[in-house]
Amino acid sequence: MPFISVFDVIGPNMIGPSSSHTAGAAAIGRLTHKMLPPPIREVEFTLYGSFAKTYRGHGTDRALLGGVLGFTPDDPRIRDSFRLAQEEDVAYSFRLDHTDGDIHPNTVDIRLKNRAGQEQTLRGESLGGGKVRITRINGVEVDFSGEYSAVIVVQQDRPGVVAHITKAISDLGVNIAFMRLYRDAKGLTAYTIVESDQRLPEDIIQALGANPHVHDVMLIQP
Amino acid sequence: MDFKSGAELLALCEKEDLPISQVMLRREAELGESSPEELRHRMGRALEIMTEAAGTPLVKPGRSMGGLIGGEAKRVFDHLPQSLCGPVLSRAAAYAMAVLEVSSSMGLIVAAPTAGSAGVVPGVLLALRDERGFSQNRLTDALFNAGAVGYLAMRNATVAGAVGGCQAEVGVAAAMAASAAVELLGGSPRQSLDAASTVLMNMLGLVCDPVGGLVEYPCQNRNAAGVANALMGAELALSGVPQLIPFDEMLSTMYAVGRRLPAELRETALGGCAATPSACAACGGK
Repeated sequence: MPFISVFDVIGPNMIGPSSSHTAGAAAIGRLTHKMLPPPIREVEFTLYGSFAKTYRGHGTDRALLGGVLGFTPDDPRIRDSFRLAQEEDVAYSFRLDHTDGDIHPNTVDIRLKNRAGQEQTLRGESLGGGKVRITRINGVEVDFSGEYSAVIVVQQDRPGVVAHITKAISDLGVNIAFMRLYRDAKGLTAYTIVESDQRLPEDIIQALGANPHVHDVMLIQP
Repeated sequence: MDFKSGAELLALCEKEDLPISQVMLRREAELGESSPEELRHRMGRALEIMTEAAGTPLVKPGRSMGGLIGGEAKRVFDHLPQSLCGPVLSRAAAYAMAVLEVSSSMGLIVAAPTAGSAGVVPGVLLALRDERGFSQNRLTDALFNAGAVGYLAMRNATVAGAVGGCQAEVGVAAAMAASAAVELLGGSPRQSLDAASTVLMNMLGLVCDPVGGLVEYPCQNRNAAGVANALMGAELALSGVPQLIPFDEMLSTMYAVGRRLPAELRETALGGCAATPSACAACGGK
């Protein structure tokens, strides 16, 4: 059983009204903010399940957008995120998908474009109590909570790349808590997610990027 | 130092000759690898947020996002000179309702243990501050006591309305507040857990039926009811009324009852208050 902290009970400190529909939504938005270099130009949200039904009264839309702008779930600016996005010239839109089926009730797809022209699509789920996970990156199924210091490596699926990753990390003296590899099809793009109990150093980006088959490295601090 | 049940918590309190709050603080310091000073500082910040949320709507009411509530806390607060229930309970109710008003209008709160039940613990503690003069330090300690009860509920039962109904949210919040109040007022650890047990007993079976699926109504009223139950549980315990059913057993029976509730009465907004004609009319059938 995972450790339950007193601050899981008296907490989180959050913008209301709902830990799943507001705080969790902000947390998902903020994770996507950390995964694509700012400034953001455009963002499109697709809401599913209970998110699609009750988003307005829970401020789920404001919280998602606030998170994408970089606000933490306890940041009072979330309330004004529509206006702040307009001020920063971020175009945003919301779509509702009421198709039922095998999808977690509090799910959102986020399609982001930054000013450098990079694009990313993510799926997030809000699990309750403000806890969240990312379940898809650009269509590839992953499982990532953002609670730990983590790197996401985007790589060619071929022999030797994983060995490069583990060697580069151990050369930096980092202890790996979790490491998982995700891919869609053999030989295409794969994602390695490495999480650590300690704070990963900034130079890990360069060390991991040194291999020609590594396309991108995202460092995500909790 | 760790405990997995109310019985283990009481045994630790006795062995170490410590109140519940200090056992919880030590547990957190050891297992969470932080210093007691850091932890008390962080809890002090939670108390600050609670204090601000409980106070703001009393002078500056705000409308909720869903439009179902706004201004109720100020009415109760302004009615204090004619209070029927007495200053402790009426103040606690006003504060608790204020926190829900802040939360439902996208203000900053502390979930305790959830956002929908966030008013109960601050309501009781801040009313005791006003009426009995407890310091910030004492209130901070009291939050660790409340946290111990909430931790046991989270570990051994549930605090999610979608799983166990409102008894698991406001019921647990009130049990936490009752236990903390007993420690503040000089009761023993056993009396704290007796108070928590009484609250779970008196709120057993309470359903989660938010109108329109929003954390507004009846949630705000239920937070006021939560402080009343918390104060009554504490009153009985401090009077020396023993409880037949210990906290651990009440917690497991609360969980069992919660799981037997039909889905319509667990946060789906398909039953209870949410399904009344007036509620449906207020939400335009959403």
